Amino acid sequence: MADARAPAASAAPATHAGPRELQHQFDTVEQQRGASTLGMWVFLVTEILFFGGLFLAYTVYRSEYARAFAEASRHLDITLGTFNTAVLIVSSLTMALAVFSAATGRRRALLVFLIATMVLGGVFLGVKAVEYGHKFHDHLVPGPHFRFPGPYARQAEIFYSLYFAMTGLHAAHMVIGIGILTVLVLQARKGRYGPAYYTPVEVSGLYWHFVDIVWIFLFPLLYLIGRHIH
Amino acid sequence: MAQHLVPPKIYFAVFTALIVLTATTTAISFLDLGPWNTVVALGIAFVKATLVALFFMHVKYSPPLTRIVVAGGLFWLAILIALTLSDFMTRGWVPILR
Amino acid sequence: MMIGAKDLAFPRLNLLSWYIYMVGATFTLWAVVHGGVDTGWTFYTPYSTASSNTHVIATAVGIFITGFSSILTGLNFIVTIHTMRAPGLTWFRLPLFVWSHYATSLIFVLATPVIAVTLLMVAVERLFHLGIFDPRLGGDPILFQHLFWFYSHPAVYIMVLPAMGVVSELVTTFSRKNIFGYKFVAFASIGIAVLGFLVWGHHMFVSGQSVYAGMIFSLLSFLVAIPSAVKVFNWTATMYKGSISYRTPMLYAFGFIGLFTIGGLTGLFLATLGVDVHVHDTYFIVAHFHYIMVGGAIMGYLGGIHYWWPKISGKLYPEGWARFAALVVFLGFNLTFFPQFILGYLGMPRRYHAYPPEFQVLNVMSTAGASILGVGYLIPMIYLVWSMRYGKAAPANPWGSTGLEWDTPSPPPTENFAVTPVVTGEPYHYSPGEVEIVG
Repeated sequence: MADARAPAASAAPATHAGPRELQHQFDTVEQQRGASTLGMWVFLVTEILFFGGLFLAYTVYRSEYARAFAEASRHLDITLGTFNTAVLIVSSLTMALAVFSAATGRRRALLVFLIATMVLGGVFLGVKAVEYGHKFHDHLVPGPHFRFPGPYARQAEIFYSLYFAMTGLHAAHMVIGIGILTVLVLQARKGRYGPAYYTPVEVSGLYWHFVDIVWIFLFPLLYLIGRHIH
Repeated sequence: MAQHLVPPKIYFAVFTALIVLTATTTAISFLDLGPWNTVVALGIAFVKATLVALFFMHVKYSPPLTRIVVAGGLFWLAILIALTLSDFMTRGWVPILR
Repeated sequence: MMIGAKDLAFPRLNLLSWYIYMVGATFTLWAVVHGGVDTGWTFYTPYSTASSNTHVIATAVGIFITGFSSILTGLNFIVTIHTMRAPGLTWFRLPLFVWSHYATSLIFVLATPVIAVTLLMVAVERLFHLGIFDPRLGGDPILFQHLFWFYSHPAVYIMVLPAMGVVSELVTTFSRKNIFGYKFVAFASIGIAVLGFLVWGHHMFVSGQSVYAGMIFSLLSFLVAIPSAVKVFNWTATMYKGSISYRTPMLYAFGFIGLFTIGGLTGLFLATLGVDVHVHDTYFIVAHFHYIMVGGAIMGYLGGIHYWWPKISGKLYPEGWARFAALVVFLGFNLTFFPQFILGYLGMPRRYHAYPPEFQVLNVMSTAGASILGVGYLIPMIYLVWSMRYGKAAPANPWGSTGLEWDTPSPPPTENFAVTPVVTGEPYHYSPGEVEIVG
């Protein structure tokens, strides 16, 4: 998908007037930029609905099994969860600064911020891997080895099914995001982005911020619902 | 579509707000506010998401079409959730005659 | 072409969408050939997630992949229509075919992701023995149905909206008359798309969903018929005092209007809770949706293919054979599906392989009709291919139609237009003395 908005390194006819990055179907760079950003926003709407199905399932079962969900949630590590939320927020900051750097022609800074974003994404995934490891160890992975003390075992298993499905889908999106950032880094090293053309950076930034926003909602819904019960 | 350049200090201000809100939401979750816990947690999440959207994603500086697209997406998710809940929350309201 | 653009906004995404479709379709067909799924295309849980021992995951994966094709194309169309219209081409100068595709694209983008995540959940549940939709493990199978039909009802509007767009083009061209109530037809397309998202529960009236929700969905289902009816009225009014030419595309348009009306009206019967309880899962339902899908969408498709065939291939199809085939299709279709209304009302269930003897006559009629319909489909396949080699060369505008695509040669060059057209007039300007398109 990224290649539709990447610089047109393909065979553009030599007679076509305009900068190298202007693809043949567009009349101006402005039109191309507007179309690319609109395209990414429309894609993000599909992502809202995609995650939305899981949010619906969560909403239905949370309202039916409120007590069980609260108890199940307490077995999640709130410290790691909060830390990870902060990590993603920092990564959004570095991403925004990366876009700013591209727009103002600061090639060095662009590379630094892109790589920082990638590293932070990696940290997030690392922490999630640790958390998943803990869950596996505590027999909280749904399936034949699931064990949950107390009367709410079945509903808790549903909670954890949703936990793994939602955070797993989110993590998959993070991995894709890191992949996209890798491509951006490679292109940025060649000096492809500057004030005249930085659309791929801008558009990838939108994607990254969106994945952050999904986590901003996942965190309270999964980690914070049972903390006040003593 | 305009070349809006947001000065970094706005990014840093938003960042600070986001971190503060994160710490707040975690801390509040330990207090027992009854049903308000969920309301507060989601409310804070909405504020955080709005900040990211408006400033990091430049929605504040984007043409109206962008806002319509975002609003549309959220509205459609709301349709999915609301109409489905209209089933789950009204089960047993209308008695079935036997 | 219809909006005067050189290409779509994202041509490579367009190609990717096609490749994804091929991959996904092949994958799904592979699953079908290897035994398919005995859950039916609806994948109802918990049978699909816990009990069935057929290729559920493979089929689900195939559909998941294909769904991305839809999403990418919907995205492409939306961005193209927003950002790449020719100068002077305002929204209310767009051909209605474009409006209907815009509405379809909205549905693609908003509905398809939900079925994607739902099938993902089915696959994961099946693989890891989860219980999200399994009542034995605390789950709710009706939740699956909500998620499934949230996509699958709008999906049928995906199928019919483009055909309606075609009919708008055909009716105006072959009545040589401006469309009656352009804005109403344009807004009706959007209305169908929007309202179509609010009615999915009418597939679930007898599922165990709450009766209260059933009432809400019933009311909303009545409402969604309104924009469709508006279109039918407007097409009819367009033809009134028009100069009608009975070419093949127009014959199909006539077929659409009549048969879609029957299908749509029977939809109102089904939206009525009490009636639906009686005919749910019977042949009445099968007849209803085939009147819309074949009587409506396929006729629209056939009309469109004949209409644009000269533009696409640069050749003319043989009109005599085409009219004959249209007649065969119409007769075959009605013989196939009208008896099914009666069968369903009399109580014959769907998805059964055997039936009591009192239903035999109607079933035989239906089968006979199907064979005739099959012949009706075969004939165009033959002469369209024939025409590619032996047909007469087609001029740029064989129908005397207005519309930007008729301003290019048949077939058009790579960049569609040598010079970007500038639009200064209304679409469908068939009356004498109207402003012309300056190219």
